[in-house]
Amino acid sequence: MKGDRAAPLDYLARWPFRLWIGLVAIFLYAPLLVLVAFSFNTSRRNIVWQGFTLDWYRAVLDDGDLLAAFGNSLTIAAVSTLVSLVLGALVAVACWRFRFPLKPVFEGALALPIVVPEICMGVAMLVFFSRIMPWPDGLAWPFSLGAIIIAHISFSFPFVAVIVRARLASFNRELEEAAKDLGAPEWRIFLDILVPHMRPALIAGALLAFTLSLDDFVITFFTAGPNTVTFPVKVYSMVRFSVTPEVNAASTLLLVVTVALTVIGLKIQGRDLGKMEGGH
Amino acid sequence: MPQQLIQFEGVCKRFGDFVAVETVDLGIEAGEFFALLGPSGCGKTTLLRMLAGLEVPTEGRILIDGQDMSGIPPNKRPVNMVFQSYAVFPHMTVEQNIGYGLRIDRVPEPERRTRVAEALALVKLDGYEKRKPDQLSGGQRQRVALARALVKRPKVLLLDEPLSALDAKLRETMRTELAIIQDKVGVTFVMVTHDQDEALAMATRCGVMNRGVLQQVATPSDLYEYPANRFVADFIGGVNLFEGRLVGDEDAHALIEADGARIWIDHGVTGATGATVWAALRPEKIELSHREAGASPPPTPACVPAGANLLEGVVRHLSYLGSETVYDVEVSGGRMVKVLRANVRRYEERGFEEDQPVWLSWSPRSPAVLLQ
Amino acid sequence: MPEIGAQEWKAAKGPFAVVFGLPAAWLLLFFLVPLGIIWAYSFGRTAGLTGIAIDGSLANYARAADPVYISVFVKSLGYAALTTLLCLIVGFPVALAITFASNRAKVWLLLLVMLPFWTNLLIRTYALMAVLRTQGFLNHALNWVGLGPWPMLHNNFAVVVGLVYVNLPFLVLPLYSALDRLDRSLLEASLDLGAGHIRTIREIVIPLALPGIFSGILITFIPAMGSYLTPDLLGGPDSQLIANVIERQFKRANDWPFGSALSFVLMYLTFIAIAMQAIIARRRRRITP
Repeated sequence: MKGDRAAPLDYLARWPFRLWIGLVAIFLYAPLLVLVAFSFNTSRRNIVWQGFTLDWYRAVLDDGDLLAAFGNSLTIAAVSTLVSLVLGALVAVACWRFRFPLKPVFEGALALPIVVPEICMGVAMLVFFSRIMPWPDGLAWPFSLGAIIIAHISFSFPFVAVIVRARLASFNRELEEAAKDLGAPEWRIFLDILVPHMRPALIAGALLAFTLSLDDFVITFFTAGPNTVTFPVKVYSMVRFSVTPEVNAASTLLLVVTVALTVIGLKIQGRDLGKMEGGH
Repeated sequence: MPQQLIQFEGVCKRFGDFVAVETVDLGIEAGEFFALLGPSGCGKTTLLRMLAGLEVPTEGRILIDGQDMSGIPPNKRPVNMVFQSYAVFPHMTVEQNIGYGLRIDRVPEPERRTRVAEALALVKLDGYEKRKPDQLSGGQRQRVALARALVKRPKVLLLDEPLSALDAKLRETMRTELAIIQDKVGVTFVMVTHDQDEALAMATRCGVMNRGVLQQVATPSDLYEYPANRFVADFIGGVNLFEGRLVGDEDAHALIEADGARIWIDHGVTGATGATVWAALRPEKIELSHREAGASPPPTPACVPAGANLLEGVVRHLSYLGSETVYDVEVSGGRMVKVLRANVRRYEERGFEEDQPVWLSWSPRSPAVLLQ
Repeated sequence: MPEIGAQEWKAAKGPFAVVFGLPAAWLLLFFLVPLGIIWAYSFGRTAGLTGIAIDGSLANYARAADPVYISVFVKSLGYAALTTLLCLIVGFPVALAITFASNRAKVWLLLLVMLPFWTNLLIRTYALMAVLRTQGFLNHALNWVGLGPWPMLHNNFAVVVGLVYVNLPFLVLPLYSALDRLDRSLLEASLDLGAGHIRTIREIVIPLALPGIFSGILITFIPAMGSYLTPDLLGGPDSQLIANVIERQFKRANDWPFGSALSFVLMYLTFIAIAMQAIIARRRRRITP
């Protein structure tokens, strides 16, 4: 490449790479932008732009079923995230801190929910909750979501564990030893010293668990009873059967929520890491 | 004048706001062993990388053998580099590493094998062909990197801090070996280092850099005995710097009044009378003699005015280094002067000890006068 | 992972019980047990309307070997492979550019690629539908220039496009991670010795980044193979992948034992893929510094 003023390995400065990345960006984002754009379109048919309207958003807000489904999804995600954080952090500490018999087997089992195809887990949950531990019908509202929540926790907490484990690897054990030397009991060490170090990982893990839960379709599809509908499941039936721009509006709202959460999470993580790195 | 092999013309490199190299004009002759010397962050490595083509100058140009290298990528330059981390390919054997460059040049297999064997012999790694890098020591990996670069018979070989990762003994060995190899092969070597002993010992000429600016380019002895400014004087070897005023300046001699010292030089100084100058006095050039009450000070040459090139002092500390001893002598005004004295005799009847009063004296030829 | 400082569990039974017990119990009850039941069912058959009798027979697995189902497995494997290949081709230059970009550009580019990953799969697939429909965006544009309309939805083409679309971010991140870990001076040395960029990538970058590349391939291949939504929404009647077939057994055909057997075959395929990758990684670990 003659005549360019860029360093030889600075690939991004060369136009073929810029073009490629541009095309990939278009490929990834154009469909989403189209979807968002047409949520404001007056026409029902999603091809020709006819006019700007917020009608479809009003339809979403009026759609009781949809709002209920969204509420369900948020509740499930919140509870699942909380419990997953606890379980994930606990097991990460367990593996990091202790040696025990058959540890590699346990760590393998822990990785299974991450690796196993979603359909297999969905099917397993279906069988479990209909035959082995049937979730009682007609329970009051949050508890009726119990089966789904349990399923979500099961596939979320190993992800949290992986993230927290990675963060623990950079922990300076001398801090723990210093605390012990000063007389702190185990639980104090855990809360005062270990948990603050884990904080960036906990936030990242919470973000991941929340998104995984909010977005999940397959496992929820199999675990949900007829009366418990989550947002992705409701949108799925809307996409399958009655496609109107209302779906676009609902999707856009979910997109906004997800993106906002991601940005917030990353910001907190970035700030946290900066503080942590400086302090230690 | 024969054309210089390498020419830097007005080369400048900026990274955003940070100026790494500020307008360097430098010429390197064919067959030289040239060292770029300076503290870390002075820009010497950046300059080397621009020569290799791994960085592009923000301004200016570089010529090799009269050819402008602007826009020519590293793989097309007649230059090869030995990287600081050696950069030996971990997934190839020693043989494959050295032969890599030849394979790219489409050198036929039989010739390739011969040349690889020659290169291995040159760096004294015969028999190591099939070894993998993780089976080699650091020093051996460096030799592989050296062989790999030399086997292509480049016009210029670049070395980025070649000895910094080696332990002291190995460093000494490699110093001589590199100089011998350079002599044998006749390739122009350009080396970057922060170790001034290395640079002085190995190079035919050195360029001292500080903060992106080339301070002085000279032979090692010229750098040591005739430093161009205080930075060079201080960076290379130990030095005692006396700041003073140029009091008398003639064609054949000059006098400097520094705090508590009068320094008489046996040559003229190009500077205005009354200007601030510095006299740099190397520790080994100062003579130490016993000072006793009532005895006269050591004799000085007739041309030197009384009291010049002479100081009264008390030894405060001495560092015994085996072959020599370094004395820290306190003179009037509380100032410390370093004196280096070779331990010529195994046992001296009247050696120097702490708190001993002494005379410091030096020849009028010893100080170097610095104007900046 | 070095276990320096790790304690023997017996040394602190109390704390160990707390941190280990709860998650282990959960994993057992709500994951391993359900999977175990599926595994048991795969050896059974339906008995009556709602009953399932586990009789240890391999009839379900035998049925899974029927050409009809074999072809679905092969198709799933094939599509997953094709998707991974396409993602590699598209994603490698992107990962390369990001690796050698300035730190600021890196952050933005990574965000650019990862953001779609954070958005809902269903929404992404739906968005693609609007683009590929016969009255959709792309065909509209093609009509404009006098080509088409081409049927781009509800067929195999749409499924592959959808799988690539959904899985591309999955591959770019591990690729970038593997490339970023390389010692840059190795590439510079290759260039310095006269190699061009393509050769440097072929002979230096790829061999040394291979373990990372393979784990990226794995992370893309497995979800693609077990994908449900994408073939369901974007595929035609002949584009069923294994996940769709399994769903049918459980929801409509009500043949749980057979569905369980199919699920487990899928899982075995997944484990084989993981094992292959682990073997390659172990063999290569000696080479990468």
